Amino acid sequence: MSRFDFTLAVGDDALIAAQRLGEWTSRAPEMEEDIALANIALDQLGAARLLLTYAGELEGAGRDEDDLAYLRDDREFRNCLLVELPNGDFGVTMAKLFFLAAYQVPLYSALAGCADERLAAVGAKARKESAYHLDHAALWVKRLGDGTEESHRRMQDAVDQVWPYVHELFAPDPAAPVDPSTLRADFDATVSAVLDEATLTRPETGWAPGGGRDGLHTEHLSYLLAEMQVLHRAHPGASW
Amino acid sequence: MYGNDFAPPEDAPGGGLLGEVEAAEAALREAAARARRGGAAPDEDVEAYFADVINADQKIEPRDWMPEAYRRTLIRQIAQHAHSEIIGMQPEGNWISRAPSLKRKAILLAKVQDEAGHGLYLYAAAETLGISRDELVELLLDGRQKYSSIFNYPTLTWADVGAIGWLVDGAAIVNQVPLCRCSYGPYARAMIRVCKEESFHQRQGYEILHTLAHGTPAQKAMAQDSVDRWWYPSLAMFGPPDGDSTHSAQSMAWKIKRFSNDELRQRFVDMCVGQAEVLGLTLPDPDLRWNDERQAYDYTQPDYAELMRVIKGDGPCNRERMAHRRKAHADGAWVREAAAAYAAKRAERKEPVAA
Ligand SMILES: [Fe+2]
Ligand SMILES: [Fe+2]
Repeated sequence: MSRFDFTLAVGDDALIAAQRLGEWTSRAPEMEEDIALANIALDQLGAARLLLTYAGELEGAGRDEDDLAYLRDDREFRNCLLVELPNGDFGVTMAKLFFLAAYQVPLYSALAGCADERLAAVGAKARKESAYHLDHAALWVKRLGDGTEESHRRMQDAVDQVWPYVHELFAPDPAAPVDPSTLRADFDATVSAVLDEATLTRPETGWAPGGGRDGLHTEHLSYLLAEMQVLHRAHPGASW
Repeated sequence: MYGNDFAPPEDAPGGGLLGEVEAAEAALREAAARARRGGAAPDEDVEAYFADVINADQKIEPRDWMPEAYRRTLIRQIAQHAHSEIIGMQPEGNWISRAPSLKRKAILLAKVQDEAGHGLYLYAAAETLGISRDELVELLLDGRQKYSSIFNYPTLTWADVGAIGWLVDGAAIVNQVPLCRCSYGPYARAMIRVCKEESFHQRQGYEILHTLAHGTPAQKAMAQDSVDRWWYPSLAMFGPPDGDSTHSAQSMAWKIKRFSNDELRQRFVDMCVGQAEVLGLTLPDPDLRWNDERQAYDYTQPDYAELMRVIKGDGPCNRERMAHRRKAHADGAWVREAAAAYAAKRAERKEPVAA
């Protein structure tokens, strides 16, 4: 993956994650959680803006963050499938966030030490935010996994449903600024410790859907983009 | 990285009102420093002590004796204010997913998050009066307590996000700035914090409208349409005219309320006229004109019959707003139960094992 493709992929992950988390606003299980989810959405959106802006500069075709966010079709998005999956119940949302953060923490930490100064700056800022996302999601995975019978059942279902989508995150790419396959060990260690404490198991399935990095998405992404882009596209060239 | 990453437009609103919030904050500090001279001691004659504190513009604190009706009035008012913050997240939250730029999306997400924070501090202020947040939430969900009727109107276009910031947050500030001097300490302090954030919201809303009004013809039309729809409901936010207002006189005597509904409404109109001119938008009132004798604008009153219908539950969105809140509460029940069960298990494990 070129530096442009890599930056776009990491930025698209953050953008689509922010869009999904924003859907929770005014719907969270408690008021404090509404605020926490909005915080995490804002962090993801902030990282997305920096990364998309930089991707536009790397490309050199004059596209800014909004051109990239609002004027691409789903086949041009490079995010992983994990982030575009619908929110489901709160357990599914926490499973998605937990796996995403367990990947983003080592990713941003590695980026913070990479040779590209701009990516290193994003990594240094975002890794602290991701560490908070990871703590927050891990705590919920434990509470729900080891809470009531109903919450255990729901959280296990959520893990079963979401787990297959994590494999795509670690596809080897030696040419990228950070080779994703080098992050897997760290991710597995985090996930094992939390799932064990939460009395949850990983499903035994070899199914490993992918394609997001090549622009081959689930059916959900196009709907997400239709909503996100509708107003911007209705007024070509307008400023907001 | 989010919020206020734009230069404030010239003549942006908020300056004068923010100054009043700061003055109230200074007065609060002075009142705390100033010992109340003479009068009854708190444990001798509680009623006289209460009256002295009110007369001296000091603050009543949760530990102090207070008349039952004062406590009930405050609980009702603070709770309804808290409920309004929480329900108010819905109409603006409606545009987070479709905000037309990433910058606007970030500002709007942060704003709606602020409203949740306002709800939390206000519920906490109400809790100092001896009622729990859970009880208050039940009262809202059962329909026994109300929230501001303005949130029963729909946000149909992006410009409505701007109009809500400029007019609705603007009216809220005009209402709330005097509450920064309210006689009940926890409420006054919560209001100071809330008003500072509301003035950012107002400025952001104004800035959205300013950008639209100076944009394409379609954007300008969108801005004008939203002001046309939000103007009168915003005027109605100040409540019924003074003659018909049931709670005002007693609240004034207790220094919970300091200005009448009509005085505050007039202040709001006078503030908005100049701002609308700078925006290049028209307030939808052909009879709006300066009255030299009164040194204030004459204006058309909102339709109070409509206000009463909306308060009674027949506004465009009352049913949806309540259904949304009830669904979120019901859908979250298993999560709250799990958190409680997990905390109980943890506490049990930590307990020392008896020999
Ligand atoms: Fe507020
Ligand atoms: Fe506000």
